[in-house]
Amino acid sequence: MMALPQVKQDATDARLSTLSLPVQDGWTRSARADALSRLTARGLPAARDEYWRFTRPTDLNATEVPGAAPMDESDEAPIFDGIDALTLVFRDGVFDADASDDLRLEGVEISRLASVQGADIHWAKDLYGTLEAKGQDPVWRPFAALNTAFAADGVLIHATGTGTRPICIRYVHEKSDSDPILHHVVKVDEGAAVTLLEAGAPGARFNTVLEADVADTGTFHHVRAQGRNRERRANTHTFGRLGRESVLKSFTLSLNGALTRNEHIVEFTGDNAVAHVAGAAIGDGRIAPFHHDDTVFVTHDAVNCESRQVFKKVLKNGAVGVFQGKILVKPGAQKTDGYQISQALLLDDDSQFLAKPELEIYADDVACSHGSTTGSIDEDMLFYLKARGVPHRRAMDLLVLAFLAESLHEIESDDIAESLRTRLENWLDRHAD
Amino acid sequence: MLEIKNLHCKLEEEDKAILKGVDLTVEAGKVHAIMGPNGSGKSTLSYVLSGRDGYEVTDGSATLLGEDILGMEVEERAAAGMFLAFQYPVEIPGVGNMTFMRTAVNAQRKARGQEEMSSADFLKEVRAKAKDLQIDADMLKRPVNVGFSGGEKKRNEILQMAMLEPKMCIMDETDSGLDVDAMKLVADGVNALRSPDRGFLVITHYQRLLDHIKPDVVHIMYDGRIVKTGGPELALEVEKNGYADIMKESA
Repeated sequence: MMALPQVKQDATDARLSTLSLPVQDGWTRSARADALSRLTARGLPAARDEYWRFTRPTDLNATEVPGAAPMDESDEAPIFDGIDALTLVFRDGVFDADASDDLRLEGVEISRLASVQGADIHWAKDLYGTLEAKGQDPVWRPFAALNTAFAADGVLIHATGTGTRPICIRYVHEKSDSDPILHHVVKVDEGAAVTLLEAGAPGARFNTVLEADVADTGTFHHVRAQGRNRERRANTHTFGRLGRESVLKSFTLSLNGALTRNEHIVEFTGDNAVAHVAGAAIGDGRIAPFHHDDTVFVTHDAVNCESRQVFKKVLKNGAVGVFQGKILVKPGAQKTDGYQISQALLLDDDSQFLAKPELEIYADDVACSHGSTTGSIDEDMLFYLKARGVPHRRAMDLLVLAFLAESLHEIESDDIAESLRTRLENWLDRHAD
Repeated sequence: MLEIKNLHCKLEEEDKAILKGVDLTVEAGKVHAIMGPNGSGKSTLSYVLSGRDGYEVTDGSATLLGEDILGMEVEERAAAGMFLAFQYPVEIPGVGNMTFMRTAVNAQRKARGQEEMSSADFLKEVRAKAKDLQIDADMLKRPVNVGFSGGEKKRNEILQMAMLEPKMCIMDETDSGLDVDAMKLVADGVNALRSPDRGFLVITHYQRLLDHIKPDVVHIMYDGRIVKTGGPELALEVEKNGYADIMKESA
């Protein structure tokens, strides 16, 4: 292994010096050690790295957390309000047992990483850090390795049957310098099904990893809303592995955020499976900077699988959107149906969208398409709405919501989609100027 | 109802005059038709009256019920009672037809200081009116005009007109792209809306539509002006002889 460039070595050493491994690491020990050796060998990203060309990693590398004041969101109903879910609350990354529901749910076994990792064995041992490690090739994802090595807590979900209600991880951000690292594992057995919701910003700066292993004919739905905090810095990874005829759907709503980098890494290992990853992001750079990056890597290594990537961004007042999406079709992955669309709606000339869509195909009988567009509000549509008496502001909002609608359609549950649509409408109301 | 005096306009982007002194008065309860060859300024007149970008009024005035409309925003004109049935209704993916119409109806009511219509009342009314125009429930649910045939789009325009109950309806080549049956349906819809306190301005190339929507007054527009005005017989004359004679007379 080549030595790291000095600048990376220094950055990595400095960051590592601020982190400590858990004392009681039990069954996670070897996974954490492996992840740490990956990290020390390859280092944290530098601004010149190709994969970080559009998003500066400086704030994520920083040894001192860039401060982020908590956001009072009490002016609207909590995210997923009205959705009957088993709720787990984390305050700045620390589990709040009093505010949380009992971890019992029919058809699902739920435990917490921090409370079970001292043991010698656990069902999650085969998964923890496994999908992350696999996802390090061909592209290095340093913060995911850092997460596996240093995660302080997380939720371990094992669906053996059909979860009777969704599990909702509710994050509360209270300290302006919190820097939580959380690692969740979801294992869906053959024929089983579970829905996971995530709500809010886990901290001032946060690093979350979700590893989801969906066995043959299993179903995993994941819907996340990242909170309204303007100053937070986020780096998240969602790793998915899909068995035969399984389904994975993951949707993320992002309103505000100084820096968000959401990575999705999905691999099909069984035939006839379906994976949809989607996101809607909306940012206004007027009050605070907004930089949102969706980075997706879908690997087809099985026959007749369907993948969809649908990412939409609405940007105003100097907001920046980034999309890096790739579909890799391995030799023999015939009948692959891959679709990728990334679109930005720029509401002014100050905002920008940077997109890098990629296809890499080594099979000859596949249907893959990708598209990326950057546009402004359609003047004909706007005139039509106004000619019917819809005021300018309301007409603009209708068109913004219409633009985002395709991504929200990827959400399986209408109730959940509706709750996110309400959040979006409220955001538009608050940013009416 | 609608009073247009010496209206001049040019394109905003270039120095090209389109309307060169239009004088026209549409009385309440009357249907006026404007005919004319391509490029005579008929559609431009409808755009200028409804407030579309890209045109600059250089002279003249237009009032609706005595109120100057040229200084109003597009949505204010609509709330004041102006309605333009589009030649090419715009498709808006992602906005439900029903949501669109309810938003429009309530926005206008709000602008006029009236109480907003409840969901239930709105639904009842829109269903009844849609039925008359043979617009099925599916068309109401779909995004605005998306996947609609030419005829469906025009029927949807008339449905909006029926729901919004405007004072002054301008119909821009509503007959374009319609077969005979569809035209009949659209005309029936319009005729049902004729009333003593509503004016119509029907812009068309052909006399056909005027067989179904009987005009009280027919104007011929040419080179940015009304060059001839007459009764319904004027439309028949155009149908028979074309515009050439009239154009020659006015030249």
